[in-house]
Amino acid sequence: MNTELYLILILIMAMLLGYELIKKIPPTLHTPLMSGTNAISGIVIIGSILVITSSSNLTVNILGFISLVLSSINVFGGFIVTDRMLEMFKKPKKKGDK
Amino acid sequence: MGSSYVILYFLSSVFFILGIKMLSSPVTARRGNLISFSGMVIAIITTLTYVKYDLNSIIFIISGISLGGIIGLVFARKVKMTSMPQMVAIFNGLGGLASSLIAFSEIIKVSNSLEFNIVSISILISVLIGSVTFSGSITGFLKLQSLITGKPILIPLRNYLNLLLLIFIIGLMVTSFFYSGNTLFFYILISACLILGILIVLPIGGADMPVVVALLNSYSGIVAAFTGFIFSNIALIISGSLIGASGLILTKIMTKEMNRSLANVILGGFGATSESIAADTSNKNYKSGSSDDIASLLEFSENIIIVPGYGLAVAQAQHSLKELLDILTNQDKKVIFAIHPVAGRMPGHMNVLLAEANIDYELLLDLDQVNEKFSQTDVSIIIGANDVVNPAAKLDKNSPIYGMPILDVEKSRSIVVIKRSMNVGFAGLDNDIFYNEKTLMFFGDAKDSIDSLTKSFKELN
Repeated sequence: MNTELYLILILIMAMLLGYELIKKIPPTLHTPLMSGTNAISGIVIIGSILVITSSSNLTVNILGFISLVLSSINVFGGFIVTDRMLEMFKKPKKKGDK
Repeated sequence: MGSSYVILYFLSSVFFILGIKMLSSPVTARRGNLISFSGMVIAIITTLTYVKYDLNSIIFIISGISLGGIIGLVFARKVKMTSMPQMVAIFNGLGGLASSLIAFSEIIKVSNSLEFNIVSISILISVLIGSVTFSGSITGFLKLQSLITGKPILIPLRNYLNLLLLIFIIGLMVTSFFYSGNTLFFYILISACLILGILIVLPIGGADMPVVVALLNSYSGIVAAFTGFIFSNIALIISGSLIGASGLILTKIMTKEMNRSLANVILGGFGATSESIAADTSNKNYKSGSSDDIASLLEFSENIIIVPGYGLAVAQAQHSLKELLDILTNQDKKVIFAIHPVAGRMPGHMNVLLAEANIDYELLLDLDQVNEKFSQTDVSIIIGANDVVNPAAKLDKNSPIYGMPILDVEKSRSIVVIKRSMNVGFAGLDNDIFYNEKTLMFFGDAKDSIDSLTKSFKELN
């Protein structure tokens, strides 16, 4: 079986999985969910690394560098801001504390 | 790529899946996010171990990740919780631009001549979706941040124009397989895609923007999957399609909560039609009260439901609300919060804002849980909300919000509405609740009003 077919089948499975996963998440957490999944879509950071290391053409390197910076902002900013939100969802220990 | 890399990439995808799954409860959510982050770290390190370096690439990679990481950290730390929708939009836009640049550099690598195969098709689709995601997200950001008007900007025949532009883009893509070696050609392609993204988002009103952000979030997942086909990289394909599909279903859930169809949001017109139905409030009577009136009403109430809305978010009144909550609960009053799915600026946004003020999430009840409680409630306090409590959604078939599930505040014994003025809400609709004989209006900014209410209540006790 050729690789491309494999990859397409994997793609379909992953999409079905994504569909099932989100259905179970309560509306309370939809905002962190959006920012968390957004951070995961920063996975294109891998693509940026592959671009930089696959060529010695300076233009390609610079384009790869810019996309690496942008996707790093997406990844790190996304996960940190999601963490900041979720941190606040812990149960207050005492009632009426300041 | 050896099999050990495939296994590691697969592991990182499993971490993403577990991480998203753990977002289903507030108790496990934070750990889930950490697990997703670990998945990302695994994917990055795996990639770094199999690529070939020279000095240049090492410098580019280290400085790129550090620079982006620091910028991301600063933004993520500084952003206000009320600005969360804008933040998601801008991060998403950057991700889209990154994908688009990756695809463009692949075009340069092959000296602008594409062969007809799955890699080239993926490159072209990445350029299209990446650019649309970028310019669309930035337009959305500008609207949410009110840097451009949040009202729909309607260009005549816009849907035909967009369709025409899309056909033009597809035409360029097909031509690019025969007509090679010309960089200018690809600049035109990218520009057309960027313009398309702007044109798609411009006609969409501010209230619908979160849906668009969710949709564009899904696009950035899809484009990551196509980037995966460019490099035959399994991590990109799995995570990209996972996010692409989850973004689509989240968009669908959100439009359902708002009683809109996706086509309705995208094709616009909702915010546009509502302007003509500007409310005629001249011949209706309402009662307004002072903070002392409302404080004494609260004094004699046992069960209280607070309905927070967008106005609360704008006024950053969540901390003041917590203070009011504390003095009320100190007087042994039962206070709960009714959270409409679209309260705030995006679904779940209100929960984040109240969590920020240390309000126990178990006091926050969603629509189904809380609607049966209104009939046993002495007073409902509506703070900066309008459409989510508008009975027209149930009664008036001609209302643009007809069919949207609402909070049944009418069933409570009395109602207090804290609002800046009698002006209409997002959807531009009048609300019969304001003229109900059980209702007491309290005009003012949400934060100032809650503070003065707290003060009056303290003086009584």
